[in-house]
Amino acid sequence: MGSVRKIATKQPTEFKFTKENLKEIDAILKKYPESRKKSGVMPLLDLAQRQHDNWIPEVAMKEIATILGMPPIKVFEVATFYSMYNLSPVGKNYIQCCTTTPCWLRGSSDIVDFTKKHLGIEVGETTKDGKFTLVEVECLGACVNAPMVQINDDYYEDLTPEIMKDVLEDLASDTKREIGSQTGRVNSLSSAGATSLLKEAKKAKITIQDGDK
Amino acid sequence: MLEDKDRIYTNIYGFETADLSAAKKRGDWKDTAKLIKKGRDWIIDEMKKSGLRGRGGAGFPTGLKWSFMPKDDGKQHYLVINADESEPGTCKDRDILRHEPHKLIEGALIAAYAMAADACYIYIRGEFYNEAVALQAAIDEAYEEGLIGKNACKSGWDFDVYLHRGAGAYICGEETALLESLEGNRGMPRNKPPFPAMAGLYAAPTTVNNVESISVVPTILRRGGDWFANLGRENNAGTKLFCISGHVNNPCNVEEEMGIPIKELIDTHAGGVIGGWDNLLGIIPGGSSCPIVPACDCDDLLMDFDSLKAVNSGLGTAGLIVMNKSTDIIYAITRLSKFYWHESCGQCTPCREGTGWIYRIMERMVTGDANIDEIDQLLDICSQMEGNTICALADAAVWPIQGLVRHFRDEMETRILEYRQRVA
Repeated sequence: MGSVRKIATKQPTEFKFTKENLKEIDAILKKYPESRKKSGVMPLLDLAQRQHDNWIPEVAMKEIATILGMPPIKVFEVATFYSMYNLSPVGKNYIQCCTTTPCWLRGSSDIVDFTKKHLGIEVGETTKDGKFTLVEVECLGACVNAPMVQINDDYYEDLTPEIMKDVLEDLASDTKREIGSQTGRVNSLSSAGATSLLKEAKKAKITIQDGDK
Repeated sequence: MLEDKDRIYTNIYGFETADLSAAKKRGDWKDTAKLIKKGRDWIIDEMKKSGLRGRGGAGFPTGLKWSFMPKDDGKQHYLVINADESEPGTCKDRDILRHEPHKLIEGALIAAYAMAADACYIYIRGEFYNEAVALQAAIDEAYEEGLIGKNACKSGWDFDVYLHRGAGAYICGEETALLESLEGNRGMPRNKPPFPAMAGLYAAPTTVNNVESISVVPTILRRGGDWFANLGRENNAGTKLFCISGHVNNPCNVEEEMGIPIKELIDTHAGGVIGGWDNLLGIIPGGSSCPIVPACDCDDLLMDFDSLKAVNSGLGTAGLIVMNKSTDIIYAITRLSKFYWHESCGQCTPCREGTGWIYRIMERMVTGDANIDEIDQLLDICSQMEGNTICALADAAVWPIQGLVRHFRDEMETRILEYRQRVA
C-alpha cells in the first residue's frame, strides 16, 4: 500500500482562506445537500493546496474541519488517503512521471533517468532552488500519448529525453509552452493522420492516411 | 471496418471546438425534449433493445441496470457518472470529457430522467484538471441555454449537474468507493448488498454509469436501439472506443465496431505492431486487469466480450496494451503488480497483504532470484485473494499474474535457471 504520506515536520502556525477562496467555498458547498457539507472536504483540500504553494499544512486541515463541521482527524484521514494532496513542501514545478506499463513500453524509464540527471536529483527529491520536484506516479490515463508527465495541472505527452530537456528549460525560465502532445500530434489521433472521420479531417485540414483517401 | 456514418463521436480527436454551438452543429441537443417526452419506459426499453453493455469494464447491460432503480417511490434519486478513468491502458473517457462534453451532459439528462433522478454528480479523476475545466465550461453553457437546470430543455424536468474532482486514487473507480469519496470519506468500497440502486449516494437510490455508457445514449435514442444492436454481434453490440497503446507504430484512440478483428484494428488504425505482426509477443486487450493474450491466439481474435472471454481474458475497457518480442514480459506484468499494490485501499487483508506479497515475489522473478516452486506459490496467493475481498481490485491484481504463468511459465523458469547458473 502506497498511501502512507510524508507529513512536513516544520508546520506553519496559521492558515486562513483568502476572501476570494471563501467565496469559492460558498459556491462549492452549494453543490451538496445542506446536511452533507462533508462532501466538500476534497474540493476544500484542493483549494487549500492551491492557495498554499501546492501543499497542505495541518492548520489548513483544522480550518477545513471547522468550516465543514467535521472532526479534524476525519479531514486528516482523507488528506492522507489520496495521492494528490501534498502534505509537505514541493517544488514550484511538481513533475509526476508516469511509469506504469503502457508508458514504460514507450520509454518512460529514459524520461525518468534523463530528468534525474538534468535536475541533479533523485525521484522524490526537490532541486535546491526549489524549482522542481520529481516523483514517479501510476497511470495518468493518457496511454496512447506515452510516455508522458504531468507538471502541476498540465500533461506533456509524446516525450523523448530531448523534448523533456526543452520542457524543463522552458519551465526553468518561465517560458510559456504548449501543453499536450509535444510532437505536434493532434491529441489522440494517430501521428500518421486520420484513418476515420475523413470528412471531418478534411474540413480541419488534417492529413488523411494513404489508402483511406 | 465501421463506416463514418455510424460513428457516434465525430469530434473525438478535437478537430473542432467542444463548445455548445459546435456541438449543436454536430447534432447534440437536437429535440432532446422530444426524447424525454416519449417517457421513462420507452427510454429504458430502447436502451435494452440496443444491447448496450456498460463501457467501464464490467460490461453489465445498461438498460437493465437502469430498470433496477425503484419506480414511483417519490424519493430523491441520483445519477452518478464515473469519470475516474485510471485503468492502465485506458484513455478514452478523457477524449469525451475534453472534446465531446455535450454528449455526456445530454446523455446525463436523458438517463437521469429515465431513472427519476433530478441530480447528477460527475466524479472526474483529479489529474484530469484541464478536462474538468472543459467539462465545467460545457455544464455552464448548458445551464445558460436552459438545457439543464429548471425545466431542462423545456421538458418539464428539473435537472442539476455537479462536477466533483477526485484526488488520485484508482480505487475510486469502483462504484461504491466512488460514492464514499463523494460523501467526503476515504475511497473504500462498501459491502454489497445493499446495492447502489437501493442505497447509494447519501443512502438514496443511485445508479453509477461510465462516461462512455452515458454519452452514447442520445445517439442511440435518436437512431434507434435497433441501429446500435445491428452493429457488432449478438450480446456484443454497438460501437466502442478503443485505445491502442504500447508497441504499435502509431498509438491512437479510435471508435470501431464491436467484434472487429484485433489484427485489423491494430493494422488499420495504429500502423501495425512495431517490427510487424510476426514480432508480436502478446496483447493485454482490455486494460491492465485483463490477462495477456499470447500472439498465437491473436491472429483471428475478435475484440468483443465473448471472444475475449473465450481466450481467458476480457474486453474490459477496450484499452489494448500491445507488446512485441522486445518486451521483458515478466517486468511488464510486475509493473502492473506494483500498480495494484500501490492502489489497494487496504481495507481487506487478502488484498492489502496479497498485493504486496505478489509484488515482492514478482520483483525477484524479474531478476530470476527465486525458486521454481515460487511460481506455484504465486498462483496459490492469487487463489487466496480472488473472490475473498469486498471489491474486485484483488481479482484485477491476480488476473495478470495468472495470465503470465499460463502463457509464459517457461520464460519464468528459464530466468530462474539462468540466474542460478550466473551466481553459481
